[in-house]
Amino acid sequence: MRKIVLLAAAAAMSMGLPAFSGSHGDGPVKAGFVYVGPIGDGGWTYEHHQGLLAVEEHFGDKVETVYQESVPEGADAERAMTQMALQGADIIFTTSFGYMDPTINVAANFPDVKFEHATGYKRADNVSTYSARFYEGRAVQGLIAGKMTKTNKIGYIASFPIPEVIRGINSAYIHAKKANPDVEISVIWVYTWFDPPKEADAAKALIDNGVDVVLQHTDSTAPQAAAAEAGVISFGQASDMSEYAPLPRVSSIIDNWAPYYIARVQAVMDGTWESVDTWDGIGPGMVEIGEITDAVPADVKAEAEALRDAIGSGEYHAFTGPLNKQDGSPWLAEGETADDGTLVGMNFYVEGVTGEIPN
Amino acid sequence: MIRLERRPAPSRAWAWATPLLAVLATMVAGGLLFAFLGKDPLLVIRTIFWDPILGEFAFYYRGQLLVKAGPLILIAIGLSLGFRAGVWNIGAEGQYIMGAICGAAVGLAFYPLEARWLIFPLMVLAGGLGGFLWAMIPGILRTRFNTNEILVSLLLVYVAEQILAWMALGPLRSPDGAGFPGSRNLRHYDSAANHELISGSGMHWGLVAAFIAVILGHVLLSRHILGFNIRLAGASPRAARFAGVNPGLLVLTCLGVSGALAGFAGLFEVAGPAGQINIDFNVGYGFTAIIVAFLGRLHPVGILLAGFLMALTYIGGEAAQATLGVPAAAIQAFQGMLLFFLLALDVMTNYRVRIDARARA
Repeated sequence: MRKIVLLAAAAAMSMGLPAFSGSHGDGPVKAGFVYVGPIGDGGWTYEHHQGLLAVEEHFGDKVETVYQESVPEGADAERAMTQMALQGADIIFTTSFGYMDPTINVAANFPDVKFEHATGYKRADNVSTYSARFYEGRAVQGLIAGKMTKTNKIGYIASFPIPEVIRGINSAYIHAKKANPDVEISVIWVYTWFDPPKEADAAKALIDNGVDVVLQHTDSTAPQAAAAEAGVISFGQASDMSEYAPLPRVSSIIDNWAPYYIARVQAVMDGTWESVDTWDGIGPGMVEIGEITDAVPADVKAEAEALRDAIGSGEYHAFTGPLNKQDGSPWLAEGETADDGTLVGMNFYVEGVTGEIPN
Repeated sequence: MIRLERRPAPSRAWAWATPLLAVLATMVAGGLLFAFLGKDPLLVIRTIFWDPILGEFAFYYRGQLLVKAGPLILIAIGLSLGFRAGVWNIGAEGQYIMGAICGAAVGLAFYPLEARWLIFPLMVLAGGLGGFLWAMIPGILRTRFNTNEILVSLLLVYVAEQILAWMALGPLRSPDGAGFPGSRNLRHYDSAANHELISGSGMHWGLVAAFIAVILGHVLLSRHILGFNIRLAGASPRAARFAGVNPGLLVLTCLGVSGALAGFAGLFEVAGPAGQINIDFNVGYGFTAIIVAFLGRLHPVGILLAGFLMALTYIGGEAAQATLGVPAAAIQAFQGMLLFFLLALDVMTNYRVRIDARARA
């Protein structure tokens, strides 16, 4: 009996949903943001939230923003997005790779709402993707790391073995190796974007193994604190993390989403929004290199800044041959640069990186 | 002076009143918390408890309540049997993961064959079996070597998480995923998908299983000899032994049933709402179900209600975040208060307050 009542109620409920549209005529444009971590993580989510604040500041009362933090990837993410769409969001930014399928699913239910998915590769008429060429920043970090290490061992705290992370490891290693042929890289996989105790443990494990430069592809500042304690060098990740400057943090990669977010909200206002795939780097300003501190010798700093500018102007590509894959098979010939297709799906290490990509 | 005096027998009235009082106390204390955060407490409480059921978008939220409550109820029913018998399975989260992996693996093995009548039932069986076998590890270790099943089952959660990551990156990774982790999406494979039974309703086979578990759990505890043995073993292990209850078998039964139910929950989740095996597939249902089991007084009907209440705090809590800007941490604190007040007020079930006049004189 109970089940019949429930089913009947469910049938009644099911009416409106697909037909419901979140769009509305006049009034402010409503922008929603779905975050994978807390806005106070000091890294990835923090910078996306800075983008939200920039949108608010730029548009004033022409825009209304909502956000939800620490949203797990999966069924809960679909609900967070649906909720925003139901409540009239015109554009929704979903800011983690794991929101890819949920974004596509929800977007199919709300054809009038625009979706923007960060770091993914699935698009639809109302779903754009956007990401930053973090590997360009990794090249600059790799150069500094190679010059600064005394033990010739640099460590890398990696989150998940996805192409974005593997690109960063390769780019950092290639440029560290150029700066210092004796350099070795150790990678630790922590399988999380944000877990301060786990990140700190990984940093300590690397340092115990003789690493004196720590790079991280996770979102918290815990590795910075561990590096400070051990007296080794680190780099800010996603956000400047300048509270750890001048040491251990000697530079940083800053994700600057604000210009993109403002442009996309503007496009919704103007009615010119289209589904696009954006992948911007140092040149357009989506990736910024945080100040290189005085802990770095002046000549290294100058070299690093020259590399940054060469990448920014397009005169140098971070993946320029000759480069071999880890197994020694040739990848790029002398002077050849990697195409975006290969980079997007990168699932191999370059020659010289030790260890295996977990699978 | 105020004294607590042990009741000769636990008070039935208090046993049922404490969950309601705990909810009320949570509303009051939570309201204060929200007020300190500069939010209108009544509005936040209304958003959490009222809007998902009867608010403007309730047609969507009600289905989501079912989606969220289903696995909680299914897992909690299994756990409650063990908890009544003094068998503490804390690792339902791990059994949930293993059920999902085994069930999804069976489904993916058949891809792209279309034969729903065969594939989906096999997946359900494999899901239950995966959870069952994972729960047998602490079970056999306890009956053979007298290890502590609390520790073993809990630590096996972390092992299961590692296996999950390995599966998402290795054996079950989608060949069409361009190197990204995660299996094929089972929702896009009709023979393996746990679709909503009625579109938009949130109702899926996992809910059906949860309702069946509630009914069977009730029959078992009130009518079956096994239910009697479970209750007897919990109340008095010695008396149970004299009555001929085999303690080892009881431990294995309780762990096996709770593991299998958690495994079913994992399968229905991975084939339905979640869609794919991925590194962070599990979001803590196995742990939250422990709260649900106690909130529901280890009684099947109580668990049904508690599952929906817990789901309400999740759905409503998210709504409060998204519409009122309440921080996620405040919502988590709010949910934590619920358990805190329940345990605190539970004192009244076993003790009564005596105001001792002599001390003042």
